Amino acid sequence: MNALAAAAATPVHLGNGEAVVFWVLGPIALAGALGMVLSRNAVHSALFLVNTMLCLGVFYVVQQAPFLGAVQIIVYTGAIMILFLFVLMLVGRDTSDSVVETLRGQRVAAIVLAVGFAGLVGAGIARATQNLPVTGLANARNGNGNIPAIAELLFTRYLLAFEVTSALLITAAVGAMVLAHIEREPGSRQTQKELSRARFLTARPQTLPGPGVFARGNSVAVPALLPDGTVSEESFATGLEPQEVDQMPRPTGREQLGSPDAALGTLDPAPSDGGPTR
Amino acid sequence: MPAEGLLAWSWLLIALPLAGAAILLLGGRRTDRWGHLLGTGTVVAAFVIGLLGTIQLAGLDKKSVGVDLFTFINVGSLDVRAGLLFDPLSAAFVLLITGVGALIHIYSIGYMAHDPGRRRFFAYLNLFVAAMLLLVLGNSFVALYVGWEGVGLASYLLIAFWYTRPAAATAAKKAFIMNRVGDVGLALAIFLMFSQLGTTSYAGVFGSIGTLAGGTITAIGLLLLLGACGKSGQFPLQAWLPDAMEGPTPVSALIHAATMVTAGVYLIARCAPIYDHTPTARTVVMLIGAITLLIGAIAGCAYDDIKKVLAYSTVSQIGYMFLAVGLGPAGYVAGLAHLYAHGFFKAGLFLGAGSVMHAMNDSVDMRRFGGLWKKLPITFVTFSLGYLALIGFPFLSGYWTKDAIIEAAFDRGDTLGYVLGGVAVFAAGLTAFYMTRLMLMTFFGPPRWEEGVHPHEAPPVMTAPMIVLAVGSVGAGFALVRAFPLGTWLAPVFGEPKETTHVLAPLTLTLVLVAVMLLGVGLAWLFVGRREVPVIAPARVSPVVRAARNALYADTVNESLFMRPGQWLTRALVFFDNRGVDGAVNGMAATLGGSSARLGRAQTGFVRTYALGMLGGAVLVAGALLAVTAG
Amino acid sequence: MTLTYYLVLAAMLFTIGAVGVLVRRNAIVVFMCVELMLNSANLTLVTFSRAHGTVDGQVMAFFVMVVAAAEVVVGLAIIMSIYRTRRSASVDDANLLKY
Repeated sequence: MNALAAAAATPVHLGNGEAVVFWVLGPIALAGALGMVLSRNAVHSALFLVNTMLCLGVFYVVQQAPFLGAVQIIVYTGAIMILFLFVLMLVGRDTSDSVVETLRGQRVAAIVLAVGFAGLVGAGIARATQNLPVTGLANARNGNGNIPAIAELLFTRYLLAFEVTSALLITAAVGAMVLAHIEREPGSRQTQKELSRARFLTARPQTLPGPGVFARGNSVAVPALLPDGTVSEESFATGLEPQEVDQMPRPTGREQLGSPDAALGTLDPAPSDGGPTR
Repeated sequence: MPAEGLLAWSWLLIALPLAGAAILLLGGRRTDRWGHLLGTGTVVAAFVIGLLGTIQLAGLDKKSVGVDLFTFINVGSLDVRAGLLFDPLSAAFVLLITGVGALIHIYSIGYMAHDPGRRRFFAYLNLFVAAMLLLVLGNSFVALYVGWEGVGLASYLLIAFWYTRPAAATAAKKAFIMNRVGDVGLALAIFLMFSQLGTTSYAGVFGSIGTLAGGTITAIGLLLLLGACGKSGQFPLQAWLPDAMEGPTPVSALIHAATMVTAGVYLIARCAPIYDHTPTARTVVMLIGAITLLIGAIAGCAYDDIKKVLAYSTVSQIGYMFLAVGLGPAGYVAGLAHLYAHGFFKAGLFLGAGSVMHAMNDSVDMRRFGGLWKKLPITFVTFSLGYLALIGFPFLSGYWTKDAIIEAAFDRGDTLGYVLGGVAVFAAGLTAFYMTRLMLMTFFGPPRWEEGVHPHEAPPVMTAPMIVLAVGSVGAGFALVRAFPLGTWLAPVFGEPKETTHVLAPLTLTLVLVAVMLLGVGLAWLFVGRREVPVIAPARVSPVVRAARNALYADTVNESLFMRPGQWLTRALVFFDNRGVDGAVNGMAATLGGSSARLGRAQTGFVRTYALGMLGGAVLVAGALLAVTAG
Repeated sequence: MTLTYYLVLAAMLFTIGAVGVLVRRNAIVVFMCVELMLNSANLTLVTFSRAHGTVDGQVMAFFVMVVAAAEVVVGLAIIMSIYRTRRSASVDDANLLKY
């Protein structure tokens, strides 16, 4: 074993190609992380995070973990971040965060502690892993690829954990449904036929305007605008209460703004600064 | 000697009135119609039994009969058997209690005729008679104590008979509490006897009392005296007795004049073997008696309430008895003879006062009486006989018995004897003064009646007992001293009367006493009889009169010596409890509560604050790890 | 260029994520920061897996991803339901559980 490890161990220094990849993508990942924390718009944060995650995916591939790299890009960046964006759109993308810190000393304390933490952990790691060997996974794969190696471990040594993971996923799915479920009165659900008949009995048989039509934003929270620039109340999202509209971006009348472009919608000063109800 | 014949049934003496009380109390309203007859009947029956028993006792050689009933208490080494002792002393008391009791029961039939609580009244009276008989018949101190507390209870219930009157309720409480003080002394004396001698029966205690140390005997004697003072209204516990006159007048006559208040005298006399060993305690008894008889006589001169005057007279006369029994063997017989005579004439006086009140719409203010002798002839005659007996008019009861006491006091022969005798003579003059004042204000002079008062003589059921008692007042003294000498009858208990050499010639003393009495009567005539009696008591009086009106400030002394310090102590304890004990407990709780409230402020509800704490913890852990591994 | 650089990069990303959790109030952004911290942990796992020549680290990272996915689903559902009742996605607004 000792001889085998010694034979497999490559020098501590890595190849130049990898160094180039690291030095290019590492700063990009860091910049993405910082951008995520610093940007006021949640959508921008999400996009910055996607950026960082993609970089990490590349790092995985470089570090002999192609399966994880693919999963990182497909599942994490593709699925999970899309879920984030989905919820963001539901909640309202325009609810930009305030930069005013409301908890006294929170920001200073967070930065001080974070610098201390980074210093301690970084110094510790640097000191402890200065001569970390790069054994590589060539021997661990037994001649198979990366995916068979992972699969072999998953279905042998980590079988129990794997099965438990399935239970966790099922539970998470059910939990999400329970949490997001809206209770309705029994029998209050109408059939398609009843719904269409009821609709044709009203003065407006056609579809309601979608949210954000003619407005600058297109989240569900942004109501549609009528040609004269006023809010179309028919476009209110059903999940939101009427007073919520006051906090949402509200288009201003043409006569007040003058230019057609401005009439298409602007942000009220209050929500742009304070966020929700503050 | 075990009892035979009728004496074996002497427990019926107690059982009959007790059964009467139980029936009347438990029977409720359905016994209302005949309850007073049952109550009177039981006491009359008890009197008959007592009389027959006494006659049987007179025929026996050994005049001490024990009736063993049952085991009362048997715990460890404490074995108290309930039993009765029928000897000449208890026989004398049984006759007095049942005799006067029966008369007063009969009187009460008329006096309480219109009172809605008459059945209850007779029940309490029966309860009292039963307890009093147990007191004098018991053969141990424990039995005496049971009776002692029983009469205290009955006294309390009867003083507060009209419990809707605040004055009556307060007076009852006062009597009960002051009696408690004395009862504690009696109880301690019994405890001391049991702890030192291991027994509480008369025979056992008296048989072995001589083996104790002198100090212990003196302590027992003084504690017994404390009990006697409480029950008999003696100095310094005399203040309750005048207030007890808030009860119905028959109660005043029976309990607070004739019988219960003489229980202290009985106790001292019964404990003669103990006092034989402790001259100190005996002297204290004597002094207490002298002080009390003076206080009572002085206070009696100033009151306008007819019952209170009689009450202070009672206090004073019981003081005479205490003085007598404190004199030792020479005075026991004289004291008990005076007790007997006093039982007659004071009961008669109270019944007469009740009759006057009955006529005057229950008024007790002598300043609103006057000229009643024409309207109430029978009451006037019987009352006058009691009055003459009390002031020691020659050849009536008081003359024989009180003179004997004063004579015995002088016969001590020492300085103390002369002082006490002088005090007694002086008080005899005061007695003549205040009783004459009472007579003059009540029966003579112009009527000063209130509007709408129409005096009328009491019904025969009330006057008959008064007549009987008046006869007793006239004859009892002569009978007990000369005709059937009490000394001879009580000889088995106190020893044969000894012929003593008199310091003063009997004739001289008699002349002096009669002269003092006449002086008192004359002064009363000068001060009260000659001039108009103001309807409202004059407010501007000399300090002496003011002190006498306040009963020599006994209540004030009690208040300032005991009540106020007690209140201060209670307040201090309450303060200590609130601030000290509660303060510590509450303070600890407040400290904990306050600090947790402050600590709770850390729980702001902001997730980010908690996350900050977690990061701080992580920094600490990382730092610690580095410190450990690097160090 | 050694593996230490990857680890230091991971530490920095983790710290940035932690700061984001502490300073951002938008619950979704906070969630993203948590995801960033998880990712930095994954990077560490993969790096050490490579250093030690075993695939176990990668399996562990895989499990982390699975758990993260489940967590995101439930967490976003919670955020949605809170938003539905409180009209706010700010973590500071949900502060009723306090002294």
